[in-house]
Amino acid sequence: MIEFHLDYRSGVAPYMQLIHQVRQALRLGLLRKGDQLPKVKDVAAGLAINPNTVLKAYRELEYEGLAAARPGIGTFVTGTLDGGSLAAHQPLRRELLRWLGKARRAGLDDESIEALFVSTFRSASEEDIA
Amino acid sequence: MTAVIAAEGLGKRYRGKWALTDCTLSIPAGHVVGLVGLNGAGKTTLLNLATGMLAPTTGTIEVLGERPAAGPAQLARVGYLSQDAPVYAGLSVGDHLELGAHLNPGWDAALARDRIDQLDLDPRRKAGKLSGGQRAQLALTLALGKRPELLILDEPVASLDPLARREFLQDLMGTVAEQEVSVVLSSHLISDLERVCDYLIVLADSRVRIAGPVDELLSAHHLLSGPRRDPDTRPAGCQVISASHTDRQSTLLVRADGPVVLDPAWTVSEVRLEDLVLAYMKQAAGRSDRNRNRHLEALT
Repeated sequence: MIEFHLDYRSGVAPYMQLIHQVRQALRLGLLRKGDQLPKVKDVAAGLAINPNTVLKAYRELEYEGLAAARPGIGTFVTGTLDGGSLAAHQPLRRELLRWLGKARRAGLDDESIEALFVSTFRSASEEDIA
Repeated sequence: MTAVIAAEGLGKRYRGKWALTDCTLSIPAGHVVGLVGLNGAGKTTLLNLATGMLAPTTGTIEVLGERPAAGPAQLARVGYLSQDAPVYAGLSVGDHLELGAHLNPGWDAALARDRIDQLDLDPRRKAGKLSGGQRAQLALTLALGKRPELLILDEPVASLDPLARREFLQDLMGTVAEQEVSVVLSSHLISDLERVCDYLIVLADSRVRIAGPVDELLSAHHLLSGPRRDPDTRPAGCQVISASHTDRQSTLLVRADGPVVLDPAWTVSEVRLEDLVLAYMKQAAGRSDRNRNRHLEALT
């Protein structure tokens, strides 16, 4: 069972944060097919949040095919997200580390690196859509 | 489905002064509704009208399809907790439950007892010896024990310390998840409302400034920033709620019910609930009044 947490300063809608955390847990192998997600009542009471927020997150996960509700029992994981890509993580991480080293040598500080990555990532995603 | 609260041109005047003016609302069932506003904005007046403790000066209000406090049957469907979480200091926790059972025909004794167990309250303890948080939990237990369809809470956490406040809201949200109960709660703590509410009503200067499901409100509002504009020109299709200008830049919080089409010089970002609430309050306050600004700062 995973435990959710919320960051209210992030500006990300609470239901999206719940979805991200489930996806992240799937990617990291903390959640596997067949695992039960925390009960709506427990998440609502634990985080002091509106139960509809939890329901909305779970419905979205169902829509994505990652989870399914069993009436009267709870919501269970039905999909995976690693897609065999976990194996690719290590080489990509090594390349990223090399790039980070280059960026530092070029005199970029942490914020500049992050800004450069985010803006490049965004424009690349936009080109993909267009 | 019947609205939990439906008001039409509702107004209340005390000694020649309007505490609530021209309030028209229709709140659907199944929500946790946050009623937010500064002190004196009309929150308690609206809640007192909804519980039937006040009679309207103008207009009408219906709660669960009936006139508030129309009779014992209507009263049994509404649970109400006033600001000070009233309990009888000299009576024990157990006495309160017995009182609840005698006064309410639909009393759910098992539910009330379970809650007291879960909250770890000693039934023999006098209510006067409980902490503020425990008193609020006991008062909530009495309101829930009658198995209401609508729970009205007037500033339920205002007097509690942060830990007790969190525990009260955790308990309340757990209850909402389990029982089919609609909740209307007033608060001036936007951070709490952001967590628990999925429907929001902003009251300012005795008027409803905006009301609706939180998701819809957030997606209909945008924060625009860009090079300074003439304050009188506004982006097409947008209603400007608040605007600030420096010599180079303009920042606008706008409402747009359709898609926003802007020239690319504007940067559009999402609005947070707190920004939205404050923008409507400031709009109502009009020109800055120092005292009111201090209040607004205290809210954040």
